[in-house]
Amino acid sequence: MQRIGVFVCHCGSNIAATVDVSKVAEMALMEPGVVHAEDYQYMCSEAGQAKIADAIHEKKLTGIVVCSCSPRMHEATFRKAAERAGLNPYMVEIANIREHCSWIHKDMEEATKKAVILMRAAVAKVNLNTPLQPGESRVTKRALIIGGGIAGIQTALDIADAGYEVDIVEKTPSIGGRMSQLDKTFPTLDCSACILTPKMVEASAHEKIKIYTYSEVENVSGFVGDFTVDIRKKARSVDMDKCTGCGVCQEKCPSKKAPSEFNRGLNNRSAIYTPFAQAIPNVPVIDREACIKFKTGKCGICSKVCQAGAIDYEQKDEIITEKYGAIVVATGFDTINLDKYDEYAYSQSKDVITSLELERVMNAAGPTHGHLERLSDGKAPKEMVFIQCVGSRCSDDRGKPYCSKICCMYTAKHAMLIRDKYPDVNVTVFYIDVRTPGKNFDEFYRRAVEQYGVNYIKGQVGKVIPQPNGKLLVQGSDLLDNRQILKEADMVVLATAIEPNPDVRKIATMLTASIDTNNFLTEAHAKLRPVESPTAGIFLSGVCQGPKDIPETVAQAGAAAVKAIGLLAKDKLMTNPCTAHSDELLCNGCSTCENVCPYGAITYEDKEVNDHGIREVRRLAVVNSALCQGCGACTVACPSGAMDLQGFSNRQIIAEVDAICR
Amino acid sequence: MSSNKKKQAELIEEISGVNPLKCMKCGKCSATCPSYNEMDIKPHQFVSYVINEDVESLVNSKSLWKCLSCFACVERCPRDVKPGKLIDAARQMVVRQRNNTYLSPDEIPELLDPELPQQLLVSAFRRYRR
Repeated sequence: MQRIGVFVCHCGSNIAATVDVSKVAEMALMEPGVVHAEDYQYMCSEAGQAKIADAIHEKKLTGIVVCSCSPRMHEATFRKAAERAGLNPYMVEIANIREHCSWIHKDMEEATKKAVILMRAAVAKVNLNTPLQPGESRVTKRALIIGGGIAGIQTALDIADAGYEVDIVEKTPSIGGRMSQLDKTFPTLDCSACILTPKMVEASAHEKIKIYTYSEVENVSGFVGDFTVDIRKKARSVDMDKCTGCGVCQEKCPSKKAPSEFNRGLNNRSAIYTPFAQAIPNVPVIDREACIKFKTGKCGICSKVCQAGAIDYEQKDEIITEKYGAIVVATGFDTINLDKYDEYAYSQSKDVITSLELERVMNAAGPTHGHLERLSDGKAPKEMVFIQCVGSRCSDDRGKPYCSKICCMYTAKHAMLIRDKYPDVNVTVFYIDVRTPGKNFDEFYRRAVEQYGVNYIKGQVGKVIPQPNGKLLVQGSDLLDNRQILKEADMVVLATAIEPNPDVRKIATMLTASIDTNNFLTEAHAKLRPVESPTAGIFLSGVCQGPKDIPETVAQAGAAAVKAIGLLAKDKLMTNPCTAHSDELLCNGCSTCENVCPYGAITYEDKEVNDHGIREVRRLAVVNSALCQGCGACTVACPSGAMDLQGFSNRQIIAEVDAICR
Repeated sequence: MSSNKKKQAELIEEISGVNPLKCMKCGKCSATCPSYNEMDIKPHQFVSYVINEDVESLVNSKSLWKCLSCFACVERCPRDVKPGKLIDAARQMVVRQRNNTYLSPDEIPELLDPELPQQLLVSAFRRYRR
């Protein structure tokens, strides 16, 4: 028989205001096995934990029930407290009388009744608990970063500087990401390339960092500390070791009709290309869809002009399999598709562009060599209109419900840069709210208004109508003056909402990392664990977790690196002992459990069993406890009741249900 | 009296199926309205009149009969607030109060009055088409 202690927490007034805590403690003493019960203001405090330790010693307790908040909050706290007092940590059970009871009920009598029932269920379970011993698993001291933008680069540098091996997998031919497409950065207006390219060089030259560009993660298996990842290195058609990066192949390539991804499709690139001049690695790839040699078999000019003999049309995709201890997701973002926003005439006029496209227009290496001009006729604009919140803060089915966060600041930046370089251009910004929290951010926006004379109008634009004379008629609201504005503009710039890179769904599925309804990766705790995924060993860096600007991204990248380093620094990890196991005499080898196991932890073996004197070889399920995460899917799927979960056995669950129904 | 005002506002919300509290005051409705200059109460203000339970003013406004029911605001509202539906509901309320019996389509031609606001017909047809 167990000797159980029940500890009821007031949680200040969080629980005590709705649940009669002393009544719960009093009722606990009537439960089988309970030899001690008390209530206290804050069970999680040092004094509260001391009460538990004292009771373990004095009453020789063998099991503990803490009636408090969710086990997600403090199960670990109380298990540690019990362990320090000499009790096996798996002899502790939590009855969640806060989230499951006091917070959701108003009537004290009813809530107390429910709290007593929850306590009873936990006591019934502890009566059947057995001490469990966690196993150990090894840690591969190498990290994988998915995505080679500023988030991925910074995380990689921070981990590598701590002395661990890091691999970056980047889908495009070069690292650099969105930041490499930007012209200037707020709030200091320094050139994006000037601060990014040194970091790119540092990452590529770092002895601990290996970069796989033009590569994608294909498969992930394993678990925290011991992931096995297949990386598909797409055929570059160029030998990376031989290529000198001279660029002659790109110059001579006769196929120059492929839209440049780097310039957002505003101009074209050759079929053999590096995305931009400072690309790392400075080795081109052949776009096989656009290449004449691949389409017709004739051409081969690049091969002829290449002095290094680096062109290899026969190259094939390569799969590299590597082991990692930690994985950091840094997949970044893209702007949303504007097909549903016909009123802004984005698809009707070349002079309606997104802000990211304007970045390329303003950039010296962009399609207009940095001259601000209309993309339809190359004329210099005189009137420019910026429209904020295009697709952001929408609760309809066209846009995104969240604020994209970066648009207010980059629009102020664009407006200011244009007014500075082209003082005769009038700039009007239609806004709903100007949101500029951040160090030197509001000052930056005010400078656009006060110093540069940017005309900010509170009100959204309803419609942009292309005119026969080539101008754009902008119909908008001025809510503060309560009038409707009709304004002829030469160019319209849309502050288009950002969304997580569409590939993130696929990657999250491979990693079993959870994502929210907007495809942002979910944190383990919104406030206290913001750079960790709920899936152990997976960390989050940059916009894949939520909209953020460069300073925030770099800060978060460092935080994700520290968390990854914290994991890599360990030689061994404790594994969860609550894993499944199969009863050999009951298992009929039907494969149902294998099919439902999301972690691939179940295999089948032919084993000799002694079934009441009958010796025979049977096909039996075997659980790899290192892979098993204890989800319990197999235990409910098993038709013969052979599968059981340690710490959550069928007997324990039934005992809980019985206690609730009593 | 105030409870009557509240009832009127609730009736507008019920007929329109719109939750005016979702409005974030972006002004896209007023930006897109072709009758904007004809209106005394502007489309983005419809919402505040319902929230402030001042349906009376809405019902007596010029805007009630100046709205073309073109539904541009309904189409483009980013918050699913749809001011056009609110004013449509206010019109319905007026119509319902004036006459509770419905006409059959063949009775309409002889009743047509050149002074009858066009949008009343449009929204009546929209509502009662079968």
